Formats: sequence, structure tokens, C-alpha cells
Amino acid sequence: MSRWRDIAAEGLWRNNPGLVQLLGLCPLLAVTSSVVNGLGLGLATTATLVVSGLTVSAVRGLVRPEIRIPVFVLVIACTVTIIELLMSAWLHDLYKVLGIFIPLIVTNCAIMGRAEAFASRNPVPAAVLDGLMMGLGFTGVLVALGALRELAGHGTLLDHAELLLGPLGEGLRLEIIQGYRGFLVAVLPPGAFIGLGLLIALKNVIDTRRGRRSVAVPVHAHGHGSA
Amino acid sequence: MRRFETATSPHLPPRDSVPALMRRVLYALAPGAALQAWHFGWGVVVQLLLAAALALAAEAAVLVLRRRPARRALADGSVLVTAALLALALPPYAPWWLTTVAVLSAVVLAKHLYGGLGYNPFNPAMVGYVVALIAFPRELTQWPAPHALAAPPGLDMALGLIFGGAQLPDALTAATPLDHVRTGLAMNRTLTELGAEPVMGRFGGKGWEWVAGGYLAGGLWLAWRRAIDWRIPSAFAAGLALPAMVAWGLDPDGHPSPLFHLLSGGAMLGAFFIATDPVTAATTPRGRLLYGAGAGLLTFLIRTFGGYPDGVAFAVLLMNMAAPTLDQLTRPRAFGEGR
Repeated sequence: MSRWRDIAAEGLWRNNPGLVQLLGLCPLLAVTSSVVNGLGLGLATTATLVVSGLTVSAVRGLVRPEIRIPVFVLVIACTVTIIELLMSAWLHDLYKVLGIFIPLIVTNCAIMGRAEAFASRNPVPAAVLDGLMMGLGFTGVLVALGALRELAGHGTLLDHAELLLGPLGEGLRLEIIQGYRGFLVAVLPPGAFIGLGLLIALKNVIDTRRGRRSVAVPVHAHGHGSA
Repeated sequence: MRRFETATSPHLPPRDSVPALMRRVLYALAPGAALQAWHFGWGVVVQLLLAAALALAAEAAVLVLRRRPARRALADGSVLVTAALLALALPPYAPWWLTTVAVLSAVVLAKHLYGGLGYNPFNPAMVGYVVALIAFPRELTQWPAPHALAAPPGLDMALGLIFGGAQLPDALTAATPLDHVRTGLAMNRTLTELGAEPVMGRFGGKGWEWVAGGYLAGGLWLAWRRAIDWRIPSAFAAGLALPAMVAWGLDPDGHPSPLFHLLSGGAMLGAFFIATDPVTAATTPRGRLLYGAGAGLLTFLIRTFGGYPDGVAFAVLLMNMAAPTLDQLTRPRAFGEGR
């Protein structure tokens, strides 16, 4: 049981792809100009991580080590293509907003990293859970950064939620700061770098505070570090 | 107290302490700031006071949060220099919230998040200015007309414009000389035509050339007192003026003169007061020449080909990034060290 909890803690916090491994920074920085964009790309990445983790883990006994990387690439590329087509069919507006960053999930090194470091060495259930948790951890960072930038940049949250949720999302737009003039830097690329830096700093502060409170926490030494 | 043996002569007298240096920089800014206030009105004074108060408050708050001794850092004057440079770079009638954002970005983001005075890789004042420029491009173009064209707003009007949310009336605004030349050239007009318009003075813009002259005088005094290294401003001026001279020589109606480049926008303030920041500039003699020349050249390139009318802030920030590498590449050879 503690193994499952461990995998979850790794993905969601301790070895978070966005805050600790710093993998997949290109989409992380590029699409997080709003909550909805971040959430959309995060969910697509999560789906890719789960499916590719499942497939890679399932075929791990069949693939010779010499050719494992090309096989992983093929698996990931297939998964992303399927997800891209599905999004184009059902979430077409969001698909248009996210544009090139959906096919680029293939090149997100977080996915390759998990396939190589975890899925190819662990049984299917663990690999699926790891994919899900890593994906949710990544999504969490995308949403937090998107929220930070959208709030600072436009004074709103969940603008254009209908792109993701259809008619359900029509009324979700929250205007947090009334009559806000907008702070363009937050939405532009510099805001992404500054925002991510602040989030990483925040995580480190929380970890330091926690470490100070309970010094006796055992340090987990895991073989699967960052790729 | 234990006494240490003093080595034999020759002794080098200690260079200026930080507070003495910063005080000198503030004195040297005075003539330029006074001329700027004369030409553009009370807004300059109000902005200086506002920026100084905000900067001191922000510095004190961050120091308390960081559990550092606040009094000494507040008294060293470095944050006042940052505030003064920022206030002089921003338009004099910019609303208070714009100045607040710029000052907070400078003091909190650019200075203290990197570790405080001495650790910041980027010039704080220029980070604040660039944040304001990218975030509020329209407000940053709202420069008032110089004294020679229209009487600048009085004190009560200045307060209304900065704190009351009033807009500067169109009759009192004027394009900055760099803006004027840029848009004029984009409309296929020649510099001979553009130079005949009332905004333009003898060398730069009307009023602006005097302000630049004030900064030049203050800067020369600083260089004479060895508070700054002459290499950086000289190389900056050369890096800006030489390419400008080539372009002007080839096509005098399509490119402004080197003197215009030197006396417009932030060139003089940048060359003597911003590029020479001891923390963020290069430190070796040859490195400083390259650093200054690079900043000047980048200013010319951004003004001529870039998307913004002035490029001093971006040029300085880019060269800040290059400064550590320049220092490493131009490390002076110690006596007796092999090549």
C-alpha cells in the first residue's frame, strides 16, 4: 500500500515534472497564459502519460533493450496522434488554441523520461498509476501557473472555459478584479519564466518549512530520478 | 581588540564606501534632473519623490521579511539611486500605479529575489523600466511637450495627473524626438523635413538635448572623480555614434546624425549612470570597453531596426547578461603569468 502512496507522492509533489524535474518546460511556459489552456494541455499530457505508460509497461518483456527508445517514441507518437485527433473532433476550439503544442507533446521529455525510467521497469498497474500521478502533477503546475498569469494579466480566472467544457463552461468566467487594466507582462513569455520561478521558490519554501518541523522524515532514495 | 600587523607601503587608499559612492551618483544626477524638471514640469519632481518613498518602503519590507538588518541597507543609498534612475526614465506624468509596479519590479524582483545589493545580475532600474514598458506600452509614450513648446503643467495639475487618473491633454503632449524621427522616416519623409519641425532642436529634440547635456555634465564629473570608469561611457558613446556615423554618412536624409543619437532618449543617462552600475557591469578594463561598446551598438541596432523607439534599457540588460562571460574572457594577465 505504501508503494502506491509513494508513487503518488513522487508524481504529485516530490519529483513533480514541472517543479522538480523541470521537464517539458516548452509547453509548460508557452501555453500557460490562462487556466483553461493550462488545464487542457495538462489533461492531454496526462492521458498521453497514462496510455504510453500502460503500453510501454505491457510490452516491456518483448522489446529488446537495444531498440527500446525507438519503440517508446513510436508508442508515444501513436498515443499523441490519437489524442490529437480526438481533441480535434470533440474540443475543436481548444485544439485550435493549443495548436502546435498538442503534437509537440511527443517531444515532451517528461513522457519519454517516465517511459524509460519507470514504465519499462515496472508492472502495468504501477506504470499506469505513475503516468496518472506524473500527469496530474504536471497538470497542477500548468493550472497554477495559468491561474497566476491569467489573474495577474487579465484579472480573470477560467476565461473561455467553454473551450474545454462546452456549454457547461459558459458562465464559469470569474472576474476577480473588477475594472482591471491588465498587466501585459504576465501573459507574455517573461511572465511565464518569472511565474515558474516563483512557483519553484514556493515549493522549496514549503519543503524547507516542512523539513524543519519534522527532521526525522526518512529520505527516500529512488532509482528513478529525472531523465 | 587584536591588532594586525600593517604591511609596508605603498598603500592604496580605500575606494569609496557604498554610501559615499551612491551619494556622489545622486549629486551627479542633480543637474540633469533639474533640467528635466525645468523642461517637463513638476511631474519629474513628484515622480522622484514617489519613486524614492516606494523604493525605501519596498526595500525595508523585503529586508524585514528576509530578517536582514534594515537600517544599514536603507542608509547606503543604493535603492535611492535605483529609484531616481527609474523616475527619470519614466514619463513624468505616468500614473502612480505605473511607477509603483516599476519600482516594485526593480526592488523586489530584480534586486532582492536575486539576493540583494551586489548579487543582482541585472540593473534593477532597467528591469523596472522594461517591465513597465512591456506591460503598459501606451502609457510609456505619454511624454509632455518640453518647455519650449508649451508651458508644462503646474504642481496641482501634476498631482492630478499622477494620482487623480486625469489624462495629459493632447495640447501638452508631444512625440519624443526618437518617436518623431521614427514615425517620420516610416512615412518616407526626409530628415531635412523632420528637422524643420518645432519638436526638433539644434542637435536632438528641443529641451531633450539640454537634459542630455545635464546628464553629460554630471557623468563627466563622476568620471573625473573616478566614481565611475571612463571606459564604459566612452565605449558606449563610440558604440552608438560610430555605426550611426556610417549610416548617416551613407544616407544623411534617412538616418539621424550621431549627435542626435547621443543626445536623445536615454543615451546619456544610460551611458554614464546606468551602464556603469558597479554590480551589473563588467569589471575588467578590456571587459568594460567591450561591455560599453556592446551596449551602445545594441542601442543603435534597436533604435534603427527594432520595434521600440529607444533601446538603451534592453541594450543594458542584454549586456548585463554578457558581463560575466566578458569578465572571464578578458581576465587581466597577472605579472609573470604565462600566455
